[in-house]
Amino acid sequence: MEPILEIKDLKIEFATFEGISHVLEGIDLTLGRGDTLGLVGETGCGKSITAKAILRLLPIPPARIVSGEILFEGEDLLKKSEEEMKEIRGKRIAMVFQDPMTFLNPVFTIEEQLTDVILAHKGKEDSGLRGGRLNRKQAVEKAIELLREVKIPQPELRIKSYPHEFSGGMRQRVLIAMALSRSPRILIADEPTTALDVTIQAQILWLIHDLVQRHGHSVLLISHDLGVVARVCKKIAVMYAGNIVESCSTVQLFKRPLHPYTQGLLNSILTFSRRESEAQGIKGMIPDLIQPPSGCRFHPRCSRTMDRCLKEKPPMIEIEEGHWISCHRYESPLSPLFKRGVGGD
Amino acid sequence: MANQLLELKNLKKYFPLGKGFLKDHKGDVRAVDGISFSVRGGDSFGLVGESGSGKTTVARLILRLVEPTEGEVLWDGRDICKFSESEMKEMRRNMQMIFQDPHSSLNPRKTVFKSIAEPLIIHEGMRGRSLRERVEELLGIVGLKHEHMFRYPHELSGGQKQRVGIARALSLHPKLLILDEPTSALDVSVQAQMLHFLESLQEKMGLTYLFISHNLAVIRYTCDRVGVMYLGRIIEMGKTEGIFSSPRHPYTKALVSAVPLPQAEQPEKMIFLAGDIPSATHIPSGCRFHTRCPEKIGAICEEVEPSTHRFSDGNQVDCHLYQ
Repeated sequence: MEPILEIKDLKIEFATFEGISHVLEGIDLTLGRGDTLGLVGETGCGKSITAKAILRLLPIPPARIVSGEILFEGEDLLKKSEEEMKEIRGKRIAMVFQDPMTFLNPVFTIEEQLTDVILAHKGKEDSGLRGGRLNRKQAVEKAIELLREVKIPQPELRIKSYPHEFSGGMRQRVLIAMALSRSPRILIADEPTTALDVTIQAQILWLIHDLVQRHGHSVLLISHDLGVVARVCKKIAVMYAGNIVESCSTVQLFKRPLHPYTQGLLNSILTFSRRESEAQGIKGMIPDLIQPPSGCRFHPRCSRTMDRCLKEKPPMIEIEEGHWISCHRYESPLSPLFKRGVGGD
Repeated sequence: MANQLLELKNLKKYFPLGKGFLKDHKGDVRAVDGISFSVRGGDSFGLVGESGSGKTTVARLILRLVEPTEGEVLWDGRDICKFSESEMKEMRRNMQMIFQDPHSSLNPRKTVFKSIAEPLIIHEGMRGRSLRERVEELLGIVGLKHEHMFRYPHELSGGQKQRVGIARALSLHPKLLILDEPTSALDVSVQAQMLHFLESLQEKMGLTYLFISHNLAVIRYTCDRVGVMYLGRIIEMGKTEGIFSSPRHPYTKALVSAVPLPQAEQPEKMIFLAGDIPSATHIPSGCRFHTRCPEKIGAICEEVEPSTHRFSDGNQVDCHLYQ
């Protein structure tokens, strides 16, 4: 089965006052149908840029797509016109962002905003509808249903509220409802719970997990928090300084992380467990992408560098089924480091 | 107990609502609604809670950045809420705050040197060579180098900025540091380093820490004792290990359950709380947690505010399940 989304060798630059920032160095990413994929990384790794690039939401200029393809159901989104993208955004690929308040208009009720989204369509091929356009009344009914789906209590009453009358968690539910209202094939969620309290975050993550299970959307979840990603996603791709360094199933990532950065990251996390396991941290700093390190961008912070690491960018190889890694130390499944079965050093 | 460096007794802070020109008092935001805890010199105490818990207001009350509505803040046994302006100025040398966002707590137009020197100039009247030496000493303590001295905040990383904030806070030899979400603005790979650093600093300088955070992992990592706050009150308190490994209060249990663990196996049984955190303007009657409590007993939870029950392990909880 063809994957629903395939990013091939995507390179993006950003023009800044200090020079050109090479924010994505040629990434490959595959989202299969029904997959839940987490894109994880720290500041500046390029995860948000990747998400925005998919929906062509990057301002061009200062951004520039240097090369690459973003194939959605086999078609390259980078070659589509703005008109064509408008038909895709919100309908076939939907996105939920971090701060719900910025995406809700404060002077319109939830009902008005939800029905606007439901009614905004041109063609008949919309999979969310049966036989043509809905009228306003039907749209309101559908909106109430959606609010019920995202577990907002008394939706027929609450739909008349304004965004400021909702809490952060409720607003995020509304945005999720909006995103799913057109039955998109893909849901992209960029740090959807970062701004929320812990107990509310748990509710929202469960909601996303539940909706995805029931409706079978493909999901790309972006977060700096591996715990969040572990709750929703079956697969994880780790990014560092504009590259995907490791990509595998969630189980594989935690049981057997291979890339030195992934290992470092897992060692850095304060696991909510006993103190005896001292969290380490990774020495050094995230590099400047205007003058990034040569070869492998992680080499200045890596404890296992070889000469090659300074000269060549490591290719992405499939070291075991479903487990991809970009590191000179793991040239092939025959590499000693892999065979030794080392989880850390 | 005589050796409590800091002790809060039934501290309250209500912010009045409805101060329009008609001046009718519509009610209060009960941000802090009767908090009592004590911290021994040299210890680390954590305050954990979500939005509306009042934990940041507690910090501001201790520093007297806001005045309490009721209650006492005792420093070495003396109530600082009764201090005069000049006594408070002296007092402020003893306690300093490290803020959450290093980007906004440093003046972008002041060099590192100026930011750190400022308290020394104001409180100790230092100048010239001795000032410069003291600033260099402080930079050394926080692990920054001479070359950082004349940089501006935008030329530093998040972790470095945080260290400048710490150096500045240490300049007047405080006894207590209040750390408000000290690592939440930092990247994961740097967070652990910052906490290690804070720990060694504490040992080296005999500091007492009050950590404020919504991040249970940070609190568990750093604090000997913790108070869990909900809507202005401490609902459970005691030794960190016991509280997080065997929480008693239903809210603490939910909080612990909510922490997303970075591991492949997710817990089977997760506790979800119904609804949202109530507003501090409409605090529920009886036990303030009853509207969301999965273990609510019945009418008693709705009508009667639970009193504090102390256990033999030194921990305490405010909950009818344990009365």
